[in-house]
Amino acid sequence: MPAADTTAAGSGGGSTTGTRTGPAALAGLEPRPGVAKPDPILVADDVVRRFGGLTAVHVDHLEVQRGAITALIGPNGAGKTTFFNLLTGFDRPNSGTWSFGGRNLAGVPAHRVARLGMVRTFQLTKALSRLSVLENMRLGATGQKGENFFRALVPGIWRGQQNSIDERAMDLLQRFKLDAKKDDYAGSLSGGQRKLLEMARALMVEPELVMLDEPMAGVNPALTQSLLGHVKDLRERGMTVLFVEHDMDMVRDISDWVVVMAQGRIVAEGPPDTVMSDTAVIDAYLGAHHDSDLTPEEEREVLEKAAAIHEAEAREARGEKGDDA
Amino acid sequence: MDFGVIFSNTAGALLNAEALVLALAAIGLNLHFGYTGLLNFGQVGFLAIAAYGLGVGVTYLELPFGVSVLLGLGLAVVLAVLLGIPTLRLRADYLAIVTIASSEVIRLVARSAALRDVTGGSSGLTGFARGFYSLNPFDSGMDIGPFEYSANRLWLLTVGWTLVVLSSLLVWALMRSPWGRVLKGIREDEDAVRSLGKNVVSYKMQSLVLGGLIGALGGFMFALANSSIQPDNYSTLLTFFAYTCLILGGTARILGPVLGSILFIGLLVFFENFLVQGIRADVIPTWIMNENQVGVIRGILVGAGLMLLMIFRPQGLIGDKKELQLDARR
Repeated sequence: MPAADTTAAGSGGGSTTGTRTGPAALAGLEPRPGVAKPDPILVADDVVRRFGGLTAVHVDHLEVQRGAITALIGPNGAGKTTFFNLLTGFDRPNSGTWSFGGRNLAGVPAHRVARLGMVRTFQLTKALSRLSVLENMRLGATGQKGENFFRALVPGIWRGQQNSIDERAMDLLQRFKLDAKKDDYAGSLSGGQRKLLEMARALMVEPELVMLDEPMAGVNPALTQSLLGHVKDLRERGMTVLFVEHDMDMVRDISDWVVVMAQGRIVAEGPPDTVMSDTAVIDAYLGAHHDSDLTPEEEREVLEKAAAIHEAEAREARGEKGDDA
Repeated sequence: MDFGVIFSNTAGALLNAEALVLALAAIGLNLHFGYTGLLNFGQVGFLAIAAYGLGVGVTYLELPFGVSVLLGLGLAVVLAVLLGIPTLRLRADYLAIVTIASSEVIRLVARSAALRDVTGGSSGLTGFARGFYSLNPFDSGMDIGPFEYSANRLWLLTVGWTLVVLSSLLVWALMRSPWGRVLKGIREDEDAVRSLGKNVVSYKMQSLVLGGLIGALGGFMFALANSSIQPDNYSTLLTFFAYTCLILGGTARILGPVLGSILFIGLLVFFENFLVQGIRADVIPTWIMNENQVGVIRGILVGAGLMLLMIFRPQGLIGDKKELQLDARR
């Protein structure tokens, strides 16, 4: 059951006109933060995450259009990855609600979010080093009978399913040009190949929404074009893509809609060209006073703030890790 | 100097009860540490609680032998769940701290004077093994080559090594299945596995329980081999011996813990006999060492041997060096 069939055609509640769905429907929307989309797959309201006294994320309202590629950009420390973690259940917000395909996701643990069809990748690639490339892919398939302890002991129960999983995995590996490496340890792949593997593995879950956290980080330029192609291809196959990225050329090239975060808030959104000429965005990236020099007091203030953020994060990191039920 | 005695004593020790107890403990650890990445530093706790379950069941509660075995296994499951609930959501090091502490708690509670009526306090328990040896189908002992086995010893070793083989087969069957794949994935990176829709905490708990149960079998065999339970035999040293065996043989290999245990016991007995024979034959002069110092020197020599092995063969006897060189996470 390729994801393409279910999502491309089925996009939500009755869209006979065709203009309500996909990236085309974004044309002519008013480019302001929190604008309603014609056919949202993901809706977040008042999502707040504090680390100590620091508010890392405070998103009032965000909708992500189904079937489109949405970029989430913003300067370092803007809260993009934290927001990602919140949406996918890897972290819990202090308050807020968000829903995926109409289903409320608040309090749903990460593994169940993935099973619902919202799958993420990580900024620092998480290839499972001492498993082969093919084993990495197999792990992505959901609903495997052999993942139950007792059924695992009887190979007859899961072998047939495993064969069809292998077929799907090999198709994907071919698409990502990793099929020749299927028996190699994932740890022996290059950085770019690991990114490709992680993306291919996420597709084994058959997601409706793919969330990519900096897909281009650490990838050599030769592979960049191929990765870009793959991301666009996800849209062609009817999937929705939300990605965090720093590379502005990439954002301009592939995204249908851009959301800008700064200091935990969404400060702008709109089509790529509109957003990149937005003064709020330029301020967020370069600082509101980028024309004038910093006074020593201002500099100290900035440094203290950075130190506070760093400390809060470190305290958080020492504490509890991701939850699961 | 009689090399015949040295080698026959060593060969006889390779399959003795100590080796199989360590093997069972290490097979359980292999599941925890080798396959799931759980840092369990309290494996001996599972051995102890199972042994005491059996011993207290037979002597204090006056239950039949079979029921007492089930009691021991049940207690091991309870221990695994109790350890797992607070720690499996946290980072790996928390489990290490909690397990090492809990295994000591079990030992200290068992040897406490307050529980003398139940657990025998510091002098331990005896008189619980009759049920096991009454099941012995062997009428008489057996001489195999230079080795003499009494009927009871033969029965113990048969049951023990059968358990080792069955546990290894179980781990083998699981590790080639999708269930085992999830465990290995968790060892590499649990967040990645979580992001693929697997309930990581549940799998870690299953691994902790199963590895603890295999360790519990080792606890039964340890108690039955001596027909007594001495609380101080269940100290953390046993956990680290089991880790030594596991790493010596090769982690995340089905036969790694078994071969490692046999090799470890073999080295200990070889050096002991070598030193004793050397002193008796005046090959080792008394101004270097006398027979009373054999135990200590043996430990030093085995330690040095293990260091050499780790330097020249860090992956263990049957580990995969290539795999070791893939830096797992960091």
